Amino acid sequence: MTISNKESRRLNFDGRYLATLCAMAGLSACVQIETPDKPIEINLNINIKQEIIYRLDGDAKKLIEQNEDIF
Amino acid sequence: MRWKNWKLGGMAMGTVAVTAAIAVAIPSAMAQRDPAYEAARAAGQIGEQPDGYLGFVSNPTPAIRDIVKDINIKRKAAYTANAPQGSTVEQFAFATGCNLIAKTKPGEKYKAPDGRWLTRDSGPPVRDSRCP
Repeated sequence: MTISNKESRRLNFDGRYLATLCAMAGLSACVQIETPDKPIEINLNINIKQEIIYRLDGDAKKLIEQNEDIF
Repeated sequence: MRWKNWKLGGMAMGTVAVTAAIAVAIPSAMAQRDPAYEAARAAGQIGEQPDGYLGFVSNPTPAIRDIVKDINIKRKAAYTANAPQGSTVEQFAFATGCNLIAKTKPGEKYKAPDGRWLTRDSGPPVRDSRCP
């Protein structure tokens, strides 16, 4: 298989075009990650909801009655 | 014959009454507070915290420290064993703490939501707004 001069030029152009496209795609797809200047804080405070406390009130009273020595 | 039946009945009732009295007396004797614990409470050396555990109001003696440590371990075990389905040990302990602070007697210490140790007086105690 032989490639004519004309064809070769076109391939050459296509190659450059492709390279440029790849470089641009590479730039646009680049995910920039900025490192935080402060440590990441995860708040693990237990959220005690009022409705749960109301629901547990009866069980709490029973527990106190049944274990008077430790309360 | 009739009298005998009455006597038998009476004896049976008496036995039941004695058994019931023993059954009532034993758990209540076991459920009494340790006198040293009661004394430390009354003296305001220790107090109830909103989290359902005991805390030290002042620097404790080794004996008081041991008593409180022991009770808090037992409390944690009781909370863990009895926390109803759908609630955490911390939530159940907190709900119990609400009740324990409400039950403090005048003169006893309790921890307010802001962290201060307060002395219970005749009025209602200062409790967390989530308490029932």
